[in-house]
Amino acid sequence: MFGYYMDLALRSLKRHKVLTTLMVLSLALGIGACITTTTVLRLLSGDPLPQKSSQLFYAQVDPNAKEGYIAGQTEPPSTMTYVDAMFLLHAHRAKRQAAVALTSGKIAPQRANERPFYSDGVQTTADFFGLFGAPFEYGSGWTAADDEGGSQVIVIASFLNQKLFGGANSVGKTIRMNDHDFRIVGVLKPWSPQPRFYALDLGGHDYGGDGDAMFLPLKTAMDLKMGPQDIECYDSVTDVNNLAAAPCMWLGVWVELPDQAAVADYRTFLANYARQQVAQGRFSRDETALLDLMGWLRDQQVVPDDVRLQAGLAYGFLLICVLNTVGLLLAKCLRRSREIGVRRALGATRGAIFGQFMVEAGIVGLVGGLLGLGFAELGLFGIRHQPAEYASLAHLDLSMFVFTFVVALVASLIAGLLPAWRACAVAPAPQLKAS
Amino acid sequence: MIELRPIFSTLRRHKTTAWLLVLEIALTCAIVCNAVFLIGQRLQRMDLPSGVAEHELVQIQLGRIGKSTEAMAQSQTDLAALRLIPGVKQVAVINQLPFSDGGASNSGIRLSPQQQQDTLEATTYYGEGALSTLGVRLLEGRDFQHGEYADFGTIIADLHNGDLKNLPSTIIVTQALAQRLWPGQEALGQTIYVGKGLPFRVIGVVADLGRPNDLNQGPEYSTVWPIRMTVADGSSYVIRTAPQDRATVLQSAVAKLKQLDPNRVVLVKRTYDDARHEFFANDRAMAGILVGVIAALLTVTALGIVGLASFWVGQRRRTIGVRRALGATRGDILRYFQAENFLLASFGIAFGMVLAYGINLFLMVHYELPRLPGIYFPVGAAVLWVIGQLAVLGPAMRAANVPPVVATRSA
Repeated sequence: MFGYYMDLALRSLKRHKVLTTLMVLSLALGIGACITTTTVLRLLSGDPLPQKSSQLFYAQVDPNAKEGYIAGQTEPPSTMTYVDAMFLLHAHRAKRQAAVALTSGKIAPQRANERPFYSDGVQTTADFFGLFGAPFEYGSGWTAADDEGGSQVIVIASFLNQKLFGGANSVGKTIRMNDHDFRIVGVLKPWSPQPRFYALDLGGHDYGGDGDAMFLPLKTAMDLKMGPQDIECYDSVTDVNNLAAAPCMWLGVWVELPDQAAVADYRTFLANYARQQVAQGRFSRDETALLDLMGWLRDQQVVPDDVRLQAGLAYGFLLICVLNTVGLLLAKCLRRSREIGVRRALGATRGAIFGQFMVEAGIVGLVGGLLGLGFAELGLFGIRHQPAEYASLAHLDLSMFVFTFVVALVASLIAGLLPAWRACAVAPAPQLKAS
Repeated sequence: MIELRPIFSTLRRHKTTAWLLVLEIALTCAIVCNAVFLIGQRLQRMDLPSGVAEHELVQIQLGRIGKSTEAMAQSQTDLAALRLIPGVKQVAVINQLPFSDGGASNSGIRLSPQQQQDTLEATTYYGEGALSTLGVRLLEGRDFQHGEYADFGTIIADLHNGDLKNLPSTIIVTQALAQRLWPGQEALGQTIYVGKGLPFRVIGVVADLGRPNDLNQGPEYSTVWPIRMTVADGSSYVIRTAPQDRATVLQSAVAKLKQLDPNRVVLVKRTYDDARHEFFANDRAMAGILVGVIAALLTVTALGIVGLASFWVGQRRRTIGVRRALGATRGDILRYFQAENFLLASFGIAFGMVLAYGINLFLMVHYELPRLPGIYFPVGAAVLWVIGQLAVLGPAMRAANVPPVVATRSA
C-alpha cells in the first residue's frame, strides 16, 4: 500500500513542478536557518567536560563592603582574594581543589635566529590537572611541595612543545620565560575544552584556539611578579605589587565533590567560613555560592544574546515556511478534489486518502530536509567566516545531521495534516456529478 | 470604487486558505518590523562618533616587561625617536582608544565626598598630550599644561603610602558626561569625587570622546586625566599622521622601536580605522544576517501569496468567465484580485502589528532593547502591502485574461 502511495505522491508532485519546487524550497530555507542556528546554540551551550562536569564546582564568597548589599539579591563576585582562595585550598575539604588565574609571558626561542613571542598561560596549583582530567603526553604535573616552595617548574601544551622542541619529549629541559628559567615537568596532549570554562571571567577569550600554552605554579608566578590578566579591587588603596595581601579579587577556585553528601558538606563549610569572616570583621556579607560547572556556565551567560536572538529568528522563519507549505499543499489538494472523488468512488477509504496525502507531505519534507542540509552547510560556512571567537568550531555533527531530517519530517507532516484531513473529508458524489 | 461585499463572501467560502495567508503575513510583518528595528540599532551603534581624528591615527602596543622607572626613560627615548620619523605629526603614550578591543580603564564617579555609591562608571583616558594627538575638539576651558601631569607609577606609589598631596587635581570631561552630571549647569569649575572622596576640578569640556567598550554604560561618558603613562603600564604609542602616510609611518615606527630594543614584542600595530572596524565587526555581521533573514522571509511570503492566488484564480475560472460575460471588464477582474489581496494583507498587517509589539516587549525584557518606535509600524505595513500587490499581479493578470466564453463551457 505504501509503495502505491509513494507512486501516487511522486506523480502528483511531478505534475505541479512549480508548486512542488516552491514548497521544497521554502521548507528547505526554514530548515537550513534552524539547523545553522541550533548548531551554534548547541556548540555554545555544550558541556566542556562531559564525564566530569557534574562533580566540578565553582566556589564564591563575597569580601565586598556592606554598601550596595541587598540580602538574598546580591550575588557574590566571580573571583576570590588570595587569602580566601588559600584558606579553601589548604582546608582540603574537597577531593581535589585548585585556584586559577590567567597570565601571559614572553618566551625566549630555543634557536638563535628566532624572535621571542608571547604565550597565554595559567597560574594555578598542583591539583589542576587531576581536577580537570588534563591528559599528559610526557611527564606529569607538579607537586604540592612545588606549590609551597614556588619552584620554577612548568607544564607546557602540546602545540608549544611542537613549536619549541619539535614534539620530542622535553621533560627536564629548560625554557626561558620573562627572563627566568623554568624546568619542564610535563607536556600535555592537545587539550582545549570549549568553552575554556576554568577561566571564564578571569580575562581573555572563552572560545576557540588550541588552549593555554603553559601552566605554572601560582606562588612562582606571584614571586616573579607575573600579574594576572584581570584584577578587581574592592578597596581603594592598592598595592598591585603585593597581591597576596591586597584587597583584590583575581582567583577562581574549583573543587571536585564526588557525591551529593560531599556537596552539602562543602556548602556548609563555605557558609561557616563566610560567617566566621563576618564575625572577625573581615567580611561584611555572608553570601556564598557553589555552582556546578554547567550552572556556572549558565550564570556567566556564555551563550551570547545575539546567538539566542538568531535562533529565535530562525524558528520564527521556519514557522512561516511551514505555514506557507500548509497553504500550498492545501491549494494543491483542493484542486484535486475530482481525483479524490474518483478514488473514493472506486473504494478507497478515508484512511487511504489521508495516508496518500501524508506520504506526499513526507516526501516534500525529506527533499526539503536534504536541501535544508545544504543550506545549513552554507549557513555554517558563513558562521565560520564571522568575527566571533567560536566561529571556527561551527560544524555539523552526526546528531545534527539526524536532527535535520527529524525537523524536516515533523515540520512537513504537521504541514500535511490539515490538507490531508481536508482531502479525506471530500464527499465523492458531488465531485463525480460535476464532471 | 470596488465593491467589497463580493470579496468578503468569496473569502468566507475559502476560510482556511484565507486565514493561512493572513497568519503568514502577520508573522512576517511582526518579524520584519523587529528585525528592521534591530538593524537600525546596530547601524546606530556603528555610527557613534568617536571624537578622534579617525583617519589620521595609528597605534602600536608593546609587551610590558621591566620596571616602570626604566620604562619612563625608555618611553621618552622612544617618543623622541618616533617624532623624528618623516610624516609623524604628533605622538603620545595613551592608555586606550575609543571603540577598540584591548582593555579599558574605568572609574566610579561621585558628585559629593559623602556619597556612598558611584553616580556612574566613566572611562578614564591617561597620557600626556592625549587630546591634541587624538584630535579631540575642546569646547570650553583648556587642555592640561605640562606641569600638571604626574607619572602613573608615582601616583600608584603615593596612593599606597597614603600620600595624597602630589596627586593631580584637575580633569577634563566630555559634553555628554557634563550634561549627565550637571544638567543645565556650567560644567567648568565643578568638582567630582573618586573613591574615598578624592576631589578633581573640571577645567575643560570636549565635544566627543567615545569609551573603548562597555558602550551600554553611556558611549560617551569619558574623562581625561593629567597622568603620564609608559608603555610598561599597558599603554600604546598613538601616532598622528596624514591619512595617506599611515601605512609607511606604521612600518617605519615599528622598525624604529625594534631597532631601539630588539627584545621587545609588538602586541598590536594597526590604524585606528582598522581598530574601529574590528570593534564593530560583530554588529556588522549581525546586521548582515538580519538583512538576509528579512529578504528570505519576504521572498517566501511573496511566493506563498503567488501560490495561493494562482490556486484561487484556477478555481474561479468559471465565475470569472460569467462575470466577464455579464459585462465586467478585464480591469474589473484585475482590480478584484488586487483588492482581495489588499484586504487580506490589511488583516495580516493589523494582527502583525500587535504581534510585533508583543515580540518587542519580550525583547525589551530579555535583551535590554529599547521600545520599538512608532515609525516602524507604517513602514512595515507599506512594505507588506507593496509585496502583496506585486505578488498578486501575475495571477491577477492571468485571471483578467480569462475569456468570457469559459462561462458557456461546463466546468
